[in-house]
Amino acid sequence: MAHEEVKLFGMWSSPFVRIVEVALKIKGVQYEYIEEDLQNKSSLLLKYNPVYKKVPVLLHNGKPIAESLVIVEYIDETWKDNPILPQDSFERAQARFWAKLIDDKCMPSLWRVFRSKDNEQEKATEEALENLKILENELTDKRFFGGETIGLVDIAAKITVYWVQVAQEVAGVGIISSQNFPVLFKWIDDLLSCNVLKETMPPKDKLAAFFRTHSKASK
Amino acid sequence: MAKSDVKVLGAWPSPFVMRPRIALNLKSVEYEFLEETVGSKSQLLLQSNPVYKKIPVLIHHGKPVCESLVIVQYIDEAWASGTPLLPSDPYDRAMARFWAAYIDDKWFPSLSAIAKAQGEEGKEAAIAQVAEGLALLDDAFAKCSKGKPFFGGDKIGYLDIALGCFLGWLKVTEKMTNLKLLDEMIAPNLVGWSERFCSHSAVKGLMPETHKLMEFAKMLQAKFKAPPS
Repeated sequence: MAHEEVKLFGMWSSPFVRIVEVALKIKGVQYEYIEEDLQNKSSLLLKYNPVYKKVPVLLHNGKPIAESLVIVEYIDETWKDNPILPQDSFERAQARFWAKLIDDKCMPSLWRVFRSKDNEQEKATEEALENLKILENELTDKRFFGGETIGLVDIAAKITVYWVQVAQEVAGVGIISSQNFPVLFKWIDDLLSCNVLKETMPPKDKLAAFFRTHSKASK
Repeated sequence: MAKSDVKVLGAWPSPFVMRPRIALNLKSVEYEFLEETVGSKSQLLLQSNPVYKKIPVLIHHGKPVCESLVIVQYIDEAWASGTPLLPSDPYDRAMARFWAAYIDDKWFPSLSAIAKAQGEEGKEAAIAQVAEGLALLDDAFAKCSKGKPFFGGDKIGYLDIALGCFLGWLKVTEKMTNLKLLDEMIAPNLVGWSERFCSHSAVKGLMPETHKLMEFAKMLQAKFKAPPS
């Protein structure tokens, strides 16, 4: 394939950026990673994502794409090796549904737990646990959502759980443990055995330090 | 294919329910429409969409698909021989998906916010947000349509369906606020587009009449304002 320019604008602590990075790595795509300082956004980022002004943004041959799930589908359709979404249309619909659930419901509800003040935290925790239960129930016997190989939903779910593990320790709030979510918890072990995921995740102590600084700033 | 192989669970006032129905019409697929009673959820709905318990749900050969945009993409892929709903170029597909997600995540919530806004200032701010969004979408139309009549080009596509389903409710909002939102000043391209969309054969029978939606909206408002029994 002729030289293709692929750039990824990201931030090391963003789980959404990691989802895109894992997708690029699974496909074996060469890319340039550009770290953004979200307190001081580059003019390029503002140019390429004027609607949301957020990371991740993928730039392919000068054309920008924003929103992690949109980017991942683009990556899957452009580089055909190692598909991330299933081939069967019903299974694809399932994958899109679950990826969206993680993005729209799980992540935000988990974040609310760590950000909410004491009196709201109980309700926020209840909601987060409900959402995780939905995921746990769906997983039960499967090693991967998508079948035999790692797919989009696996990536999104595992990254979410990884982030929650760090955040919950910092916040002193127990959300996921091997007792209440045995299947999700076991998944983390599987995550660490998957090289692509292992090398893409930021070290837990670095992420924990980041959460600590940020929770102080917001108080 | 037998009609009963394809079912859509929905309700006539819901813009989200319109989406799969337009898509099925565009693919010339016959389906059975199962109307949910407003205010209650059928056993079939609860079984088919246990996670969200919401309409629309598509049931194809007994298997449920949920979330309107996921359903539309499923319809496009399951009936691939019919007219394509998403563009063929991956970048154009990404743009269609991006703007459809924007409509659901940002624009439609801003439209709903007008009715819920408190006070004059609140209302004005909410209205300004909707107008801003329409201007962005107008710009997106110019880029996606490339001079053709629809977001999808010559034919109605995914993004036309994603936005067009809200035109009825947009008209209701305009009547209730006494303001023109889909306006030449704000979104010149979309004005013409909305007329073309609403008069399209795949859409015409499905777009609820504005006065019926108004009655429905008033009924909902009254319901929420009524003291709990």
